[in-house]
Amino acid sequence: MKINESSLRTLKIAAWLSWQIESNWTDPFLFAVYSIIKPVSAAFIIVIMYSIITQGDFSSPTFAYLFLGNALYQYVPALLSGVSWSIIDDREHYRTLKFFFIAPISMTLFLFGRSLAKFLAATISVIITIFFGVIFFHLPIFPSQIQWGLLTFASILGILNMLFFGLFLAGVSMITVRHSYFIGEVVAAGLLVFTGALFPLDFLPVYLRVIGLSLPITYWLELMRRILIGHPLPGPNLMSSFSNNELITILVVTNAVFLVVGYLGFQKCSSIAQQKGFVDQTSEY
Amino acid sequence: MFQLASPKKSSGLGLFLRTINGRSYPRVVGMLREKTWLFFDIFLPLLSVVAFALMYKAIGAPQEYLGFVVIGGAMTSFWMNVLWAMSSQLYWEKETGNLPLYILSPASLMAILLGMAVGGLFSTLLRAVAIIILGSLIFNVTYVVSSLTQLLLVFFLCMGALYGLGMMTASIFLLLSREAWHIANLASEPIYLVSGMYFPVKNLGFWTGAFASAIPLTLGLDAMRQISFANGPLLGFLNVKVEIAILAALFIIYTLCSFFMIKHIERLAIREGRITENKR
Repeated sequence: MKINESSLRTLKIAAWLSWQIESNWTDPFLFAVYSIIKPVSAAFIIVIMYSIITQGDFSSPTFAYLFLGNALYQYVPALLSGVSWSIIDDREHYRTLKFFFIAPISMTLFLFGRSLAKFLAATISVIITIFFGVIFFHLPIFPSQIQWGLLTFASILGILNMLFFGLFLAGVSMITVRHSYFIGEVVAAGLLVFTGALFPLDFLPVYLRVIGLSLPITYWLELMRRILIGHPLPGPNLMSSFSNNELITILVVTNAVFLVVGYLGFQKCSSIAQQKGFVDQTSEY
Repeated sequence: MFQLASPKKSSGLGLFLRTINGRSYPRVVGMLREKTWLFFDIFLPLLSVVAFALMYKAIGAPQEYLGFVVIGGAMTSFWMNVLWAMSSQLYWEKETGNLPLYILSPASLMAILLGMAVGGLFSTLLRAVAIIILGSLIFNVTYVVSSLTQLLLVFFLCMGALYGLGMMTASIFLLLSREAWHIANLASEPIYLVSGMYFPVKNLGFWTGAFASAIPLTLGLDAMRQISFANGPLLGFLNVKVEIAILAALFIIYTLCSFFMIKHIERLAIREGRITENKR
């Protein structure tokens, strides 16, 4: 994958296209409301579940742990489906995928660009959800104590990882039919178990913790939570045993593996799809 | 000289039933041909149920709440099916060019919607059953069913009302363009929240629960939880018999409304040229 002027143009135009598709069906105000309601509702489900059981003990570190995990996790379905759904959308809805394949563009960058609108919407809703948490539930987040440089670095690593994970799923979408549900969102919902977003990994059976420990999203969530609230979840738990530096190192290494697997996986799947004539095949059920 | 065999012609009820059969067929056969659905439609949604159940476990919730999540997760499948394979389906058919063919054919659009519902219900039922069995085994959920008859009645009334709602909204979506897609996309988490997918709806207060009762899942889930768990009645929103009566009313209202709306909106859509409209 070479980055030059032409590939940047691909990225820019795909991003513009994604923004138009996602937002120009309505006026900006309604679009803003639409972008916010869904994630805020998801956050409230967790808040209500928690408050029923704990009688509203929002000062507990466990609440900050799961609230932030849930808020940050919004990036996962947004980026996984943002990249992978483009394949189905362009193949079966707009029926333009075949043209993109024969055009002299990088499909990888095109798909990354297509995910931009969802990435922006997710960023806004993550910020709003955390803001809600600070205002209404007094989450201990203090801007003056946040290491902004580390936050930026960790965010870039996490986003890159999710983009390439999405790319892998885009490859899978190339060789499967349209399911009634979005593959990216379904995979993201599944990964909720292994990444420690809603509960510490210690609640998983030992043999399943291995899956969580091999996913960069797990380390990214832990690192982001620590950067925002300044400390890991108190008490003995698996992720607390890692120092910040260890988390960063593991995140970089696992990210590198995911980047390679995502890129090669997509290349392999799109090659199979082209050979078998799946690029313009539609599933009408 | 050879003679072309004349195709079997149907009309009236025969055509109606053949249309239902014809439209449900691709959904059932598509599911059997595409084995990846086992992974995407059963295994992965089950993991999301597991995540919510483990969250309850992590914060020390009583055991029956894990069962609530399992049942809620299974019922989510039906909502997703109604949303994506019923409500927004006519929009999708319009975009892919099938809708004008449906309108041109002598088949009733109502039968086509029923066919989609039957096919979708069959495939979703398999998924929901798998989630309940596996989820219950994983979390050792104990069910104390107070009345099997009531449980089955609630389930079928809930499904009837839900798919009636799906047919009704499908006709509205017929008029819409890309908005349909986004509205369907929006109707997931907010609906999970107000209908109490993962917690008893009673906790949202009476008026929110009453408002959310327009969605058949709310009362269906609440009644099923009350019937299936020992402590269920303590956490219930309304009396089960009242919930059954409301579900029966919703079933009748939504089915009748869908019948009249599809007729009206089909005429409107034809008159305004929306059937072949394509705002891509």
